[in-house]
Amino acid sequence: MNPQEINEWVSAAKSAFAAAGDLDELKTARLAHTGDKAPISLASRGLGSLSPEDKASFGKIIGEAKAAIATALADETTRLELARDQKILLEEVVDITLPAKVTHAGGLHPITIIKNDISDFFLAQGYSVAEGPELESSWLNFDALNIPADHPARTMQDTFFVEPLSAGLVLRTQTSPLQIRTMLTSEPPIYIISPGRTFRADELDATHSPVFHQVEGLVVDRGISMAHLKGTLDNFARHMFGPDVTTRLRPSFFPFTEPSAEVDVFFNGRWIEWGGCGMVNPKVLATCGIDTTEFSGFAFGMGLERTLMVRHGITDLHEIVEGDLRFTRQFGVGL
Amino acid sequence: MRIPRSWVNDFVNLNSVTDEAIADAFVRVGFEVEDVIKQGADLTGPLVVARVIAIEELTEHKKPIRYVELDCNEGQTRFVICGARNFTVNDLVVAALPGAVLPGNFAISARETYGKTSNGMICSAKELGLGDDHSGIIVLPEGTAKVGDDAIDLLQINDTIFDIAVNPDRGYALSIRGAAREIAGALNLVFTDPVEHAKSLAFPEVGPATTMTITNGAMVGYLRSLDNFNPKAASPIWLSRRVEKVGMRSISLAVDVTNYVMIELGQPLHAFDRAKIVNGLEITYAADGTKFKTLDNQERVLSGSDLVVRDSKQVLALAGTMGGLDSEITEATTTIAIEAVRFDPIAIAKNSRHHKLSTEASRRLERGVDPSLAEFASARAAELMISLGGAKYLGTSKAGEAKFPAIISLDPKYVNDRLGTALSEAEIAKSLRTVGCDVDTNNWQVDPPSWRSDLQIPADLVEEVARIVGYDQIPSILPRSPYAATLTPVQQRRRTIASALAARGLTEVQNFPFVAESTMKTLNYTGERAATFRIANPMSEETPLMRTHLIPGLIGAAQRNLSRGARDFALFEIGAIFRNTTKLVDGIFPTLGVKPDAATIKAIFESVPPQPIHLGAIFVGKTTGDNWRTKARNYEWADAIAEAQTVLDLCGLSYSVERSDFAPWHPGRCAELLVDGKAVAHAGELHPRVCSEFGLPPRSCALVINLDALPASNTVRAAAIGAMPIAVQDVALVVEPSVSAAQLQQALVDGAGDLLESIVLFDRYDKIGDGKISLAFTLSFRAADRTLTGEEISAAREAAVANASKLYGATVRS
Repeated sequence: MNPQEINEWVSAAKSAFAAAGDLDELKTARLAHTGDKAPISLASRGLGSLSPEDKASFGKIIGEAKAAIATALADETTRLELARDQKILLEEVVDITLPAKVTHAGGLHPITIIKNDISDFFLAQGYSVAEGPELESSWLNFDALNIPADHPARTMQDTFFVEPLSAGLVLRTQTSPLQIRTMLTSEPPIYIISPGRTFRADELDATHSPVFHQVEGLVVDRGISMAHLKGTLDNFARHMFGPDVTTRLRPSFFPFTEPSAEVDVFFNGRWIEWGGCGMVNPKVLATCGIDTTEFSGFAFGMGLERTLMVRHGITDLHEIVEGDLRFTRQFGVGL
Repeated sequence: MRIPRSWVNDFVNLNSVTDEAIADAFVRVGFEVEDVIKQGADLTGPLVVARVIAIEELTEHKKPIRYVELDCNEGQTRFVICGARNFTVNDLVVAALPGAVLPGNFAISARETYGKTSNGMICSAKELGLGDDHSGIIVLPEGTAKVGDDAIDLLQINDTIFDIAVNPDRGYALSIRGAAREIAGALNLVFTDPVEHAKSLAFPEVGPATTMTITNGAMVGYLRSLDNFNPKAASPIWLSRRVEKVGMRSISLAVDVTNYVMIELGQPLHAFDRAKIVNGLEITYAADGTKFKTLDNQERVLSGSDLVVRDSKQVLALAGTMGGLDSEITEATTTIAIEAVRFDPIAIAKNSRHHKLSTEASRRLERGVDPSLAEFASARAAELMISLGGAKYLGTSKAGEAKFPAIISLDPKYVNDRLGTALSEAEIAKSLRTVGCDVDTNNWQVDPPSWRSDLQIPADLVEEVARIVGYDQIPSILPRSPYAATLTPVQQRRRTIASALAARGLTEVQNFPFVAESTMKTLNYTGERAATFRIANPMSEETPLMRTHLIPGLIGAAQRNLSRGARDFALFEIGAIFRNTTKLVDGIFPTLGVKPDAATIKAIFESVPPQPIHLGAIFVGKTTGDNWRTKARNYEWADAIAEAQTVLDLCGLSYSVERSDFAPWHPGRCAELLVDGKAVAHAGELHPRVCSEFGLPPRSCALVINLDALPASNTVRAAAIGAMPIAVQDVALVVEPSVSAAQLQQALVDGAGDLLESIVLFDRYDKIGDGKISLAFTLSFRAADRTLTGEEISAAREAAVANASKLYGATVRS
């Protein structure tokens, strides 16, 4: 037994471990180089018969040799275990492009999406969302809004009447009766929007529908001016159509506002009529019991279908009203 | 309203203003420009007046053709081919000569056609771009033109016509006078009021004149009687062309004059054949049931609310709307009564609506006409009939008195407060004067002009100031609401439910709420779901009813998608339903201008029937598309119930499930979901007959939840979550099939006691013989404070089973 011989045993063990192709071969090599019959084991057992001096020096050498062999074994075990795992994982490869999602794709109607969007935009500015009946009292839908029975303005809005006519019920032609309901039941300051379904006796075509949606806004507060209306519409238009959009007001006529205006937006290179607006007619405020010497207000209203069509490049209103899955699913849940 | 630039130019000098600037100005002051027609822009001459010298009929062609010899004042005649037949030798016509280019880039040249040489073309109005009349070529009345005249000039072809939209409050702008004033105001140009000329007219009262009286429905009226009118006198070209440019037809001198004056000033006029009037005219309501034939040859049955103009014998005109056939001007009329009346706008609106007759006259009168015009417009018409038709003035009959808009007190500060501007008092006064108001700036009294009956309150004046200074001068300021707003819990809940259903693969639809009677019948609705509202004037006679349930609309949407190739899908809708179940009261119409009292407001609100919001869904075909992972299965009753339960779970509500027989569901496969003992939802498989009637795949399913019937979600009281170990026990029980799973589960729950944490039915087996079924449950037990012992767990399980045995004869499956 000499140190050089012990070194050779270590080298032989390392080479054998390194040569092992899998964990089984490594086990064979391990038994050969560290088992009971292995030279290092025999040498270790033979230490007892040596002189105390040799025992000390060879004991140290053999101890180091055993440690080196153990380290080599651990390294090779790790290597071969990794290789084994690698092989299994490779065998388990699948075609991850197979269609994983097999459930139906759902979606919200785009009117719901834009309603939610507009509601959130105004909620954040302190406006409540008012809702109310679609079959409505004609006093609330017309008279209280300064649209008297035989005024030509009534024929501007072809109305669906419900039988018996004596009950004075109409399918609301606008969401404005909610403005009246709100003003009759709450004190200013009033900040509301009223998105909802409205009805007019128009034939369904690419741009008209007997059933459609509006969002109206109403503010009644001290010192409210048309500048506030303009600021609100500018802000709203940017939210709907993007930061670069510009608006313009054009004089117009609505019985419930004075002054009245049409609001246009300049979008995709052209002026588009977006909605109507104005300062709430003092006659309307008076009917709602609001002191016009203290309070003034503005109101605006626009069609949701029209807004959607402009914003999303929809050219035919039929798409919005027909409920075709393929159309609606394009919008997802509006994210 | 079509506004020819040339006509406006009579009253505002537009020589240095472009068409574009005029169109912009109209828009700025509130008139949408729907079209700008540049007449003559695509026409070049030579276009001349020619006389027909001779006509040779060419008969050997498919259609009769004329070879016409024309004198164009060129020293020698020329020949042209013409297909029209509405002219004779000696007529004056309009000829385009070689070198001319007509609209549509139609170049005229000498050419061989029909075996002849055609050296030009005789033109129709349409070929010159003057209108749609292509029934024949233009024949000019004798005396209105000379042979060889430049027809482009003569026919005043080169012109721009602005087609503007006029809002109902601006009746005055349905005239050249009104439009010219607006243009002058918007462009800061000088305006000459055409009424000034009419005011200067004076006529001798020689009599005898036909009289007019107002009994009802009019403020003021003038009737001017003329004699000696030459019925052969033709409208001069300047007159007929202007009438045509605004889109009316030139008919005869008398009719053209009334139309011309109406367009110029805004006052509708009617010319009666005076010989047909018996004992003077009266403006009054018709006797109910009177029959009367209007100019358009329609016999109309009048009611007592129709305002008419009549004589002592019969009705002669539907007031302000249309004249009668019997008293119209004919080719033999020599004596004329020109009527100009400021009728009551509401009476005319009713006339027009009742007879579905919207005319040039009614459109103006129902918007309110300047009360001063009855006098001046009738005078202007008389002037033209005298100068152009050789008539002699007989006399004037006046009825009623003109009343003008009241003076308005205006605080100039109010103007700036409402507009958010800082206009000077001088700017405000100037703007108001521009629209015709007299303004006393010492005490700010504003006197609106006669034609502005719409100016009644200071807010009306604010709009006028804003229009004239320009809406673009108003600054943009965002107001600050004092509130922190959120969706209401009901709104939040609705939104969450919709998003959840969409994420679960359902697609939202929004159906029209109109239903057919046959659908109501097929779906077998009874009770409050059969109590419909009927629309008096439905869009379609097929669907006159308001929906009482969401299922009909969902079936319709499903059918539409199926017809377009979709097979497997689920749709949902959230919307109001309408049930005619409350007692309807008569409509309540309190006085305007003051707030109704609280009781009246309450009564109005209560007069509107409740319209609860429902959620409905329909499930068609398979739960997934065909796919490689699993075998796709059909939707079944349990899917609809599960979806309904999902919604109730989202709302944090506990509910019970009972079997229900409720149309239009399958009577054995419909669940009723109850919250607090109240039915809030139905779900399950649709009735097989419903599926077959509507062409839905068999076993389609549906659910409906009355969202408004769901109680508010309570604030969650969080229970302590124990960390002690759980003990799980399975039991399989055999029962008669009449025992429902819910009943058996409840018996186990009641018997198991407080240690039971949860229970899940994990198996159902119905092939164990004797017709009995086996239901297997997993019971999970836990105590908050200790690990349960084996004895405790067994005791609890046995107590549960014992209760099930006691109540339903359940035995443990061996």
